[in-house]
Amino acid sequence: MAKAATRKTAAATPSAERRAALAGQELSATGVKLAVLPPAERISLRAPEASLAALSKALGVTLPRKPKTSASKAGRTALWLGPDEWLVIDEAGKDPLADCAEVTALHSAVGISHRNIAISVTGPAAAAAVNSGCPQDLALEVFPVGAASRTILGKVEIVLLRTAEDAFRVECWRSFSDYVFTFLSEAAGDAAA
Amino acid sequence: MLLIRCPYCEEERPELEFRNAGEAHIARSANIAGESDDDFEKFFFIRSNPKGIIHERWRHMHGCARFFNAVRDTVSDKFIITYKAGEPKPAKLPKISNEVVAK
Amino acid sequence: MSGAFRIPGAGRLSQPKTARFSFDGQSYPGIEGDTLASALLANGVHLVGRSFKYHRPRGFLSAGAEEPNALVEIRRDAARRTPNVRATVQELYDGLAAQSQNRWPSLSFDVGAVNDIASPLFSAGFYYKTFMWPKAAWKNLYEPKIRAAAGLGVAPDQPDPDHYSARFAHCDVLVLGGGAAGIAAALAAAETGARVILADEQAEFGGSLRFESGASIDGEDGFGWAQAATARLKDMDNVRVLSRTTAFGYYAQNFVGLVERVSDHLQNPGRDLPRERLWQVRAKRVVLATGAIERHMVFADNDRPGIMLASAARTYLNHYGVAVGRNVGVYTANDSAYAAAIDLKKAGVNVAAIVDLRDNPTGPVIDEARALGIEINFGRAVIRAGGKLRVSSMTVQPKNGGGERTIPVDAILMSAGWTPSVHLFSQSRGKVAFNDETKRFVPGIYAQDCVSVGACNGTDGLSATIDEAYAAGAKAAKDAGAKAAKGTKPKVDASESWSRGMLGAAPGAGPDTTVKAFVDFQNDVTAKDIRQAVHEGMRSIEHVKRFTTNGMATDQGKTSNMHGLAIAAETLGKPIPQVGLTTFRAPYTPVTFGSIVGHARGPLFDPTRKTAIHPWAEAQGAVFEDVGQWKRAWYFPKGGEDIHAAVDRECVAVRKTAGLFDASTLGKIEVVGPDAAKFMELLYTNPWEKLEPGRCRYGIMLREDGFIYDDGVVGRLAPDRFHVTTTTGGAPRVMNHMEDYLQTEFPHLDVWLTSTTEQWAVIAVQGPKSRDIIAPLVEGIDMSDEALPHMSVREGKICGVPTRLFRMSFSGERGFEVNVPADYGQAVWEALWAEGQKHGAVAYGTEAMHVLRAEKGYIIVGQDTDGTVTPNDAGLDWAVGKKKTDFVGIRGMARPDLVAKGRKQLVGLKTRDPKVVLEEGAQIVADPKQAIPMTMIGHVTSSYWSENCGRSIALALVAGGRDRMGETLYVPMPNGTIEVEVTGMVFFDEKGERLNG
Repeated sequence: MAKAATRKTAAATPSAERRAALAGQELSATGVKLAVLPPAERISLRAPEASLAALSKALGVTLPRKPKTSASKAGRTALWLGPDEWLVIDEAGKDPLADCAEVTALHSAVGISHRNIAISVTGPAAAAAVNSGCPQDLALEVFPVGAASRTILGKVEIVLLRTAEDAFRVECWRSFSDYVFTFLSEAAGDAAA
Repeated sequence: MLLIRCPYCEEERPELEFRNAGEAHIARSANIAGESDDDFEKFFFIRSNPKGIIHERWRHMHGCARFFNAVRDTVSDKFIITYKAGEPKPAKLPKISNEVVAK
Repeated sequence: MSGAFRIPGAGRLSQPKTARFSFDGQSYPGIEGDTLASALLANGVHLVGRSFKYHRPRGFLSAGAEEPNALVEIRRDAARRTPNVRATVQELYDGLAAQSQNRWPSLSFDVGAVNDIASPLFSAGFYYKTFMWPKAAWKNLYEPKIRAAAGLGVAPDQPDPDHYSARFAHCDVLVLGGGAAGIAAALAAAETGARVILADEQAEFGGSLRFESGASIDGEDGFGWAQAATARLKDMDNVRVLSRTTAFGYYAQNFVGLVERVSDHLQNPGRDLPRERLWQVRAKRVVLATGAIERHMVFADNDRPGIMLASAARTYLNHYGVAVGRNVGVYTANDSAYAAAIDLKKAGVNVAAIVDLRDNPTGPVIDEARALGIEINFGRAVIRAGGKLRVSSMTVQPKNGGGERTIPVDAILMSAGWTPSVHLFSQSRGKVAFNDETKRFVPGIYAQDCVSVGACNGTDGLSATIDEAYAAGAKAAKDAGAKAAKGTKPKVDASESWSRGMLGAAPGAGPDTTVKAFVDFQNDVTAKDIRQAVHEGMRSIEHVKRFTTNGMATDQGKTSNMHGLAIAAETLGKPIPQVGLTTFRAPYTPVTFGSIVGHARGPLFDPTRKTAIHPWAEAQGAVFEDVGQWKRAWYFPKGGEDIHAAVDRECVAVRKTAGLFDASTLGKIEVVGPDAAKFMELLYTNPWEKLEPGRCRYGIMLREDGFIYDDGVVGRLAPDRFHVTTTTGGAPRVMNHMEDYLQTEFPHLDVWLTSTTEQWAVIAVQGPKSRDIIAPLVEGIDMSDEALPHMSVREGKICGVPTRLFRMSFSGERGFEVNVPADYGQAVWEALWAEGQKHGAVAYGTEAMHVLRAEKGYIIVGQDTDGTVTPNDAGLDWAVGKKKTDFVGIRGMARPDLVAKGRKQLVGLKTRDPKVVLEEGAQIVADPKQAIPMTMIGHVTSSYWSENCGRSIALALVAGGRDRMGETLYVPMPNGTIEVEVTGMVFFDEKGERLNG
């Protein structure tokens, strides 16, 4: 009897609870705040040059063509990761995978919403905290607001996006999030120096 | 730590983001199954390992993730030029002296 | 009150705050701002250490980082114990506790000092010559004994409780050295708006301005100007000023390593503060302003406590207000020691005599010394120092011989001249050039975008230094892209100037003598040792260095290299540049392991990866094992079970009812694009074009050499979309391997790869009841055998969330792998667990998974294969597409040796005694009676107790294995030889009927 009931309710609303890694974790240090950001919709988008117009239109954001840049519109950000690779993050609850599904132009869109965790690093010493483990030059003139890059933090790979002069979004794979948050926590304690 | 210019990212990035991938311009035969033992040996085992200029492959592993080619001097450890995968060997190399004369 | 040798009114420790400290258990007063050295000297303590080889008593040679003698242990507590700290660098804090090293039982009476008496035995190359035979004795006897006897301090035996931080930094201009030159260069660069970092190893900026009482800049005394200028730099947003920071290594492309000592000088460093901070700086331009280091005079017994560099005595007086003696002698070959004599004399210290090797030098300092009534002896040499634990006299003789005269002194200040500090320049691969006129090696050919200024460049005089440095700072900023300078150059009002000096042994320590005239204090190398090395055939300075160990101690020969070189050159009868200077290597001064390790310790040593289901397994009391960086549930003990009981129970339950297994760590790659199947054909041995969407296939990936690289089940979701799985450990390299071929060999293919390892949590449900457990929670997927046969995949929903449901088996039972988005993993697992409980299902770990797959003869790549196993060797020929004309490894697989007879093949082994479980890795022989060493024909790759089979089972690689079916082989073990029978690899359900059971 329970079986039938399960089937019906399952169809209406998800019955499985979503448990994101590190959900809600925060840390505050002199000059730096860390916060694990809420879940977002994400795709890894791969496409040749010829498909970019159609994909940009479908996604509602112009896919950037310049290295180390991003474009953002209405809660959706497209980060240039490689010459044919973008990370599309939607924080407005709309699924970019569905938008790409309607595009016939050549591309690959793969849902990775659950693969990544995002941590925000904010405050006047945010860049210093990231630079504890990231070898890139994060000076504003070199890594301006909107700059985005896959890179290294300590011993793991991250995607780094500068969202404001003193704010970064650090994306990493789910199982590395503990390491990244711990690393940034330790770094944050020394970042004001 | 070296700085390596990624031809796709169009800037110099720290070596930590890269990984060496061995000698470049060693083409895999389209008919590899039909290759003689000698040809396969040359393709698979034999590397030039020069003292001086080497053409080698790198991957911007933790960056744009692209493989690309580089010309490097194994004596000075200096990169002379980097170029995209699939591009031919640069016909002319820019002159890079190992020595900057006293200023 | 802070020591009998503190001179009221002298020095800069203006607001004395007492700091009590102890040395070898004795308590002393000091002043905040002191170094341990200045505080000890203020109390009249000169004897602070014993030398490395001869255990000779030693005092302070210097007042800085070049110190070779005064190495002590600083102890905060049992764990925080730092050996080999230079007392001349360690800042004093209240409660500091220091211990002398390298002596027993006490500093003033050291048994090891017999080495000094026996010194003819310990000449150059002694170790090489003496301890060569018998060979084994070196490792077991000589080396441990020598190390214990020589030893420089003792490493702490507890984990370091301090923490260390790290920072990557970038700048336009990095200025190394914060003396007059560095500050001037930094000012010029900073005024352009360029990003500037200025670093100096001292607590306070100023460099030689700390002791140069005669310098005045911009109307202030030199040191005061340095403080004001540094304060100005600190206030600028574009400048970072780092004190107590040593640039220890200059690497490729202007990458410089600096260590900032953050809290070693603090009495109670807060727990928040790191002990040290490592700066890894990338600079567009580097300005080297590293100054010069004074050389000592090489004469007999020049190592007695109380004999020190003239500039050091001057620093102790002018900066710390400490007189290094009450009756000092001066021995010099240049002018700068006169300034020390003058300053001390003015401070009320008796200067017994100045002994100057030069014949008739003239100049203002000489006139001033004479005017002060100081006795000056030209053309004379100090041929010997008297005293043992403290110098008591100097014996003077005309340099060309003649009558001796002994003058009582309690300190000797010496100066043979100044050596430019070209260490970092040399590390940058720059080539030094010898200036024959000034007898100095100075920067010659540059290899990087850097410039040397001031004393390290051989520039003499404060005015010239500041002119040069200011111009270089401005140019460096401009070259780095900054605007033109708009500042004003500091103006030098008054300065001192130093003349040259001498290199090598002084008269009285010449070739015809056998005295102990030390060249290298830390390694106890004398002038005689260097000559002996040459006489024994060493020609190159590199050989002389290694034979004598001159310059090879932790001070890297900062004071000794030039003397050693000059003596070698003289003995060889060659000019100095022909003998050459040894290469300087990083680190400039010793660097702690802590600062190199930085954050990478404890939980940050290596990432620990946990699956979405990990918290559930943890709550259930699972025991975890490390699989690469992953923590995987190994087994789930119930009620006090050991691993064997738990694994037996889990294995039986899976075959009887069902088991749940967290397979989330398996690598997953989504291969998408119209050419996806073509790409799969090239990367795997199997055929893929004809695999229907919705079906799966076990795939084998080879390297180009023809050996198995990875394996996994691949599901085709759509004509242009594959869901590829890899081994847990192989995920990153398989992705790299695939990308490599796609980008560089097959770039014409329209296909892309995305790692989805962490997108999906994977729950394997295996066993006869698996379908009953899953079905109630699934929606939109027909679970019947007809609709969802073995090796198929469907997309639908489970528990209301999206799933990719694979019907596949790694246990041989009816089985499924439920993929759900990772954040739902635990909830779906819990729902499946609740369903499973109704059927008596268990949770099982990796150990049971291994046993179950071995019962079926399924291999694990990396355990049953080792990078030398072909598909044929593994019995997997069926997975190689016979009609294929190309795939990675197709040609390698056909190499003569890979198709030869007698290759090791994977087979099953059954022990004659079913209760005996073989050891994995055990070697196999055909004839146990043969002589040792036996011919080994293979080894055990997997071995388990199988509760389901009621016996032990094993897989092994055996030469010609498949031709040996039924043969008896032997596994020799320490406790006896085990008899085994060669069998097929499948031990359970040979026909595979249970896949649909």
